[in-house]
Amino acid sequence: MTKRKALRTAFTVLLTLVLFVLLWEGYKWMGQQTEDQWPGTQFGLPVSTDDLTMPHASDIFNELTDEIRAGRETLPMTVYLAKKAAFTFLEAAIGFSLGVIVGLMLAIFMLRWRFAERGFLPWINVSQTVPLIALAPIVVTWARLQGYPDMVGISLIATYLTFFPVAVSGLRGLQSPDSSDVELMRSYAASWSSTLIKLRLPAARPFLFPAFKLAATLSVVGSIVGEISIGTKTGLGRAILDFAQRYAVWPERLYSSVIAASLLGLFVFGLVNAAEWFFIKRGREVLK
Amino acid sequence: MRENSGTLEEAVSIRAADKVFNPDSDNEVQALLGIDLDIKEGDFISLIGPSGCGKSTLLRLIADLLTPTAGEVEVFGKTANEARLDQDYGMVFQHSGLFDWRDVSANIELPLELKGWSKVDRRKRSREMLELVRLEEFKDHYPRQLSGGMQQRVSIARALSFEPRLLLMDEPFGALDEMTREHMQVELLRIWRETGTTVVFVTHSIPEAAFLSSKVVVLSPRPGRIHSEITVDLGDRTDETREDPEFFKATTEVREALRAVEAG
Ligand SMILES: Nc1ncnc2c1ncn2[C@@H]1O[C@H](COP(=O)(O)OP(=O)(O)O)[C@@H](O)[C@H]1O
Ligand SMILES: [Mg+2]
Repeated sequence: MTKRKALRTAFTVLLTLVLFVLLWEGYKWMGQQTEDQWPGTQFGLPVSTDDLTMPHASDIFNELTDEIRAGRETLPMTVYLAKKAAFTFLEAAIGFSLGVIVGLMLAIFMLRWRFAERGFLPWINVSQTVPLIALAPIVVTWARLQGYPDMVGISLIATYLTFFPVAVSGLRGLQSPDSSDVELMRSYAASWSSTLIKLRLPAARPFLFPAFKLAATLSVVGSIVGEISIGTKTGLGRAILDFAQRYAVWPERLYSSVIAASLLGLFVFGLVNAAEWFFIKRGREVLK
Repeated sequence: MRENSGTLEEAVSIRAADKVFNPDSDNEVQALLGIDLDIKEGDFISLIGPSGCGKSTLLRLIADLLTPTAGEVEVFGKTANEARLDQDYGMVFQHSGLFDWRDVSANIELPLELKGWSKVDRRKRSREMLELVRLEEFKDHYPRQLSGGMQQRVSIARALSFEPRLLLMDEPFGALDEMTREHMQVELLRIWRETGTTVVFVTHSIPEAAFLSSKVVVLSPRPGRIHSEITVDLGDRTDETREDPEFFKATTEVREALRAVEAG
């Protein structure tokens, strides 16, 4: 049952990829025939189709298997990107974990004290309007001054993005049980913390997991933006930075690093999905 | 388990209780006024009355989920608050209120977990309770896999698992179809006899109140007051009792009291 579902998902993902490649190449081919105009009109295409703007999909995929010189060694591009991605993943994972802890603590705090909800929630919202590009150097400079490795600053940036959905959805989830469920716990003379552990936290799970999924992808975005804005020595952000500078001569490379970043995003998303299945769906298929 | 001892000890005693919601504001509601009520240990009391007359509010006063604006509520000679902290209450609401992430056994064991029972003892007790409500083979099912009537039986098992002295039920069968409902009534009486628990049962069904209760308390609305108390004695009740002239007499008496209430 679940196996077939997984197969179907994999098939859909592949099909979407094939369709996307077809669309890309079709558009490119059309533009090449009409000199970047809509067929039969004088109107220009929104994106030009030359090899610099839109390299052939096959060239991008070839690039992935080509070799790249990194320092003293020569590596296949896939291995090179995987190494960079592993580093970014580590930063994102630390940032995500911290973000989940901070977000949950804030949610519990706001649940416990109504004044905290009234006082904190607006600030939590404001926090997300600060542009990341401005924030990143501040955080990283601070971390450097404390003598921490860059990774700490970058993970903190990821935390900054991830705590938000967790805090907001977490609070909604903790407040989700019916008043009769809360009264039931009260009738058992259950303490506030027992009510939290036995009722509110389990009830919050369906609210938390979508937030975790969002937070997981945000933690990757945060890490990469963090890497780029401080110019770290490694990570996907470094690769993107390097390849962006050489875009004019080698566009396929930037595209391949973008693919690596999306795959990393997909990977963390998949991890959270697996955790969700393990923690709430396992063995609970509803019989119909 | 306790046998139905028939002692006349006081289970609940309410004196001149008032309940006002949102006092001194525009949406002030006088929900209850001057309630005097005595419930003996082992009694099965029904509270009946038109919607909004304060039945649930009265039940919540007894349960210490609300505090009276004036007057006193005593339960087993203690304040309602002390009784709640002593875990004297089992509660069943209209919607079973089962936790959908717990299977049937784990739901029944919830109050025992809170009381710090060992896992072995909890398992043993939940088996006994499942036997009592006749759901042994559903112990590993999740609430969504059960019918409404089965969910309500689990809810009753959960409420009785720690042998509370007082079972408070707020329209527990209100969402069930008529056939299931009558079946559940017979089951509840059997459980009541086997456990000897005192029951306070809110309903708006006349036959249900007449069939189940040793005493029917009729409430009148705005503000909620006790209109009358009707004693019923149908002895050992089975499904045949529903065709008994004594049962007719009881329902008629309750119906007339309710008509008088509606007429103001
Ligand atoms: N928490 C509350 N706040 C304000 N008014 C309430 C509250 N609970 C009940 N009431 C009001 O008290 C009256 C009695 O309600 P309730 O006890 O629920 O009636 P019943 O259970 O008999 O239908 C109703 O008018 C209702 O609107
Ligand atoms: Mg009610």
